[in-house]
Amino acid sequence: MTTETAQGTAAAAPAGGAIRAYLTGHLREYGLLIALVAIMAFFQVLTDGTLLRPVNITNLFLQNSYIIIMALGMLIVIVGGNIDLSVGSVLGFVGALAAVMIVNWQMPVWVTVLACLLTGIVIGAAQGYWVAYWGIPSFIVTLAGMLVFRGASLWLLEGQSIGPFPTEFQRLSTGFVPDLLPWLGEPLAALAGARRVNGLTMAVAALASGAILWLGLRARARDRAYGMELEPTAFFVLRNAIVIGAILFLSWKLATFRGLPNVLVTMAVLTLVYAFITERTTLGRRIYALGGNRKAAALSGIPTERLTFLTFVNMGFLAALAGLIYAARLNVATPKAGFALELDVIAAVFIGGASMSGGVGRVVGAVVGAFIMGVMNNGMSIMGIGIDYQQVIKGLVLLAAVIFDVYNKRKQA
Amino acid sequence: MKPLLQMRGITKTFPGVRALDGVNLTVHAGEIHALVGENGAGKSTLMKVLSGVYPHGSYDGEILFDGAPVAFRSVRDSEEKGIIIIHQELALVPLLSIAENIFLGNECARGGVISWRETWARTEALLAKVGLDEAPQTPVERLGVGKQQLVEIAKALSRRVRLLILDEPTAALSEADSEKLLDLLLELRAQGVTSIIISHKLNEVRRVADRVTVLRDGATVASHDARAETLTEDMIVRDMVGRPMENRYPPREGRQAGEVLMEVRDWRVAHPEHAERIVVRDVSLRLRAGEVVGIAGLMGAGRTELAMSLFGESWGRKLAGEALIEGRPADISRVDRAIASGLAYVTEDRKELGLVLDEPITFNVTLANLAGVSRRGVLSPREESRVAERYREAMVIRTPGVHQKVVNLSGGNQQKVVLSKWLFADPRVLILDEPTRGIDVGAKYEIYTIINRLAAEGRGILMISSEMPELLGMCDRIYVMCEGTVVGELSADEASQERIMSLIVKHRRQAA
Ligand SMILES: Nc1ncnc2c1ncn2[C@@H]1O[C@H](COP(=O)(O)OP(=O)(O)OP(=O)(O)O)[C@@H](O)[C@H]1O
Ligand SMILES: [Mg+2]
Repeated sequence: MTTETAQGTAAAAPAGGAIRAYLTGHLREYGLLIALVAIMAFFQVLTDGTLLRPVNITNLFLQNSYIIIMALGMLIVIVGGNIDLSVGSVLGFVGALAAVMIVNWQMPVWVTVLACLLTGIVIGAAQGYWVAYWGIPSFIVTLAGMLVFRGASLWLLEGQSIGPFPTEFQRLSTGFVPDLLPWLGEPLAALAGARRVNGLTMAVAALASGAILWLGLRARARDRAYGMELEPTAFFVLRNAIVIGAILFLSWKLATFRGLPNVLVTMAVLTLVYAFITERTTLGRRIYALGGNRKAAALSGIPTERLTFLTFVNMGFLAALAGLIYAARLNVATPKAGFALELDVIAAVFIGGASMSGGVGRVVGAVVGAFIMGVMNNGMSIMGIGIDYQQVIKGLVLLAAVIFDVYNKRKQA
Repeated sequence: MKPLLQMRGITKTFPGVRALDGVNLTVHAGEIHALVGENGAGKSTLMKVLSGVYPHGSYDGEILFDGAPVAFRSVRDSEEKGIIIIHQELALVPLLSIAENIFLGNECARGGVISWRETWARTEALLAKVGLDEAPQTPVERLGVGKQQLVEIAKALSRRVRLLILDEPTAALSEADSEKLLDLLLELRAQGVTSIIISHKLNEVRRVADRVTVLRDGATVASHDARAETLTEDMIVRDMVGRPMENRYPPREGRQAGEVLMEVRDWRVAHPEHAERIVVRDVSLRLRAGEVVGIAGLMGAGRTELAMSLFGESWGRKLAGEALIEGRPADISRVDRAIASGLAYVTEDRKELGLVLDEPITFNVTLANLAGVSRRGVLSPREESRVAERYREAMVIRTPGVHQKVVNLSGGNQQKVVLSKWLFADPRVLILDEPTRGIDVGAKYEIYTIINRLAAEGRGILMISSEMPELLGMCDRIYVMCEGTVVGELSADEASQERIMSLIVKHRRQAA
């Protein structure tokens, strides 16, 4: 270990030292981004370019949407110092309920959707109640929930698969946003020599890129004004180039296929909302305080019990939403739906940098973590790697990510 | 006499901070060596370097132990040489027994099978040595901090200790327990154990230290031989803060007792688990605007329990009693309601109850008053920085920036963050529980000044402290508590250490 490099006050240190010091402090965040890019490049090569084909990219989003949606809720539960093992079963149960209501009982789709979301909220509340107000460890409560709802969906479906769903319901997941801006797509298509380009997709991508850049610059200006630790310019440029490049690249692929999938929009909106809640609102702040030190939070006037309860309610809601999307995508509800899915969700959150002890973790991290898992799943399936090896590899990646975290922390001490 | 330990030119940096800058320290065999300095001067860091918490290679400089250079890669390495450190925060396993804690990682076992008879016998011998009258099987969580401290020392003694390092061992102890601990150190010295003690209580330093080394801003500024020269507290203070300090307590000017701000009537609280144990017994108090009122008592008198149960019933089960704020009954049955009624409670246990350690200063300072840095539930990072910056200046928090995680601050500076948090909540009644624990003399003076200013603004301050001189120096009135009840009330003119003690002794005698 060389101490010379990390020495001196930040101001006095030579530029190289400052960059290195910054990097040690933020290795985790860059590491995650780099890992995602590297894994994508890796599978792009190994699958002979199949990974980034327009149809597969669309698929990638569809396949991972429910994991990402649940990861948002799971991140909050984990930041709050708990865990929810029941989400896979709840997802399956809600899908089963939807199938029974729509297919067997012929209920209208919108009624079913509302009822299912409400069911998710009730399930979350029921589990959260025991955790929050009775102090029963969430591991146990949700382990029970996992068994209960797995059994309940078996019972609901009477051991059968129920489907198919009406197209109206399927659109939840496999539908695409209609191209509202065809006049934008046509010249683009002509320019690039593509068969067709979805104008809306490219417009959204351009807007998103602009917003990312603008927000990034604004935050940077604020950091500078308030003397916060500043990301070195090279890193800022590089990071934004990668992110914006990826957005434009993926959007282009989507645009030349069928445009924006509905779930992508749902997912993006939810991600933004939850990122905002966790990072910029008092509610989010309180959840971090709750997970970081429950007693200190309580003595600061934070209603820790109610907050814990709400994190589970929210998780139930998102698990139900994911359940609807999942069922709509498979177009059938099966008793095994969502089996062991909670593990993928939890793994995504931990790969994304959350800590088992609570108080640590970011929404963006969880989403990237979910994509890392998703790309691996997808890539390995394309390559025809057996489910046995897939599990082993995913397990090792999870372990590696957490080891990396711990190692990093030690090095900083 | 040949030196047992020499540390030469020790330099240790953290990102953005040079915690130690060429520190020298020489400790001779058989002496008690005191290490003093302001909060953040680098005392704990120096001891962590010495004991291998920061491994060789992560700092510059050299360490000679017994004249030979050493390079510890971990705490185990230093323990092997007989260097044992007892950290600022205790590290016992609460659910294990005294004996199990003492021999943790060092069990009296043959082939992996623990011999309980031997363990207990050896524990008894060790406990006798440190003067702790408890059964070896007692779970540690049942002991008070003072006794836990003794268990830590017994644990150190079980390991053939040559150099014992105590980082602020008496900060959390009552005066009687501190006395006992210091006596023990003197006794150990007689048996040939060398020790280094870090403390902000300079009277204790004077009492036991043979040599005093003063650190300031990460550098050694003086090393006094207490046996050769007559060392006064003022001399030490001058070295610590870099200028002479006239008074320990600021003048109480501009303070004027006004209307009664808070009144507590017949407050009675039971232990949270043992319902039959009444811990606070029919306490009644009054606090006027502009007053600083002390609550004196020994450890276990129920002062913290009273304070915490007043603050949103955060401790125990309230059985009876009524609280009035500005003459009206106030609902203080939950913390948020207590805060809304104008109460604040600065805890004595900053790590467990006061701070979210892994979060920055900004986060912690604003936690009890998020409304003050947000609009319609949306936080303003600008405001947060501004607020934190303001308190950093007002409280002289030593840190490279307000975005530093509080876990990286020195103990005393963490305490200032907790205080800042509650000042920002803008309370009318401030309950301070050991507000200057672990704080250096200079910073104490600053905190006293702030307390006086808050009182002059018309707030009421209830101050719990185990340091009687502090209460005597600061308070307009002092309640004396013993075994959960108020056994007396003294005005500033009447109050003295003797009067307070005699009230307590009288109560005990009557109870017995
Ligand atoms: N892990 C760390 N990361 C960054 N800075 C640190 C870390 N540990 C200590 N520091 C800084 O090093 C300096 C010295 O800290 P140290 O804990 O040694 O002080 P101290 O003399 O023990 O103070 P106190 O009397 O308050 O306990 C402080 O400015 C502190 O903020
Ligand atoms: Mg210290």
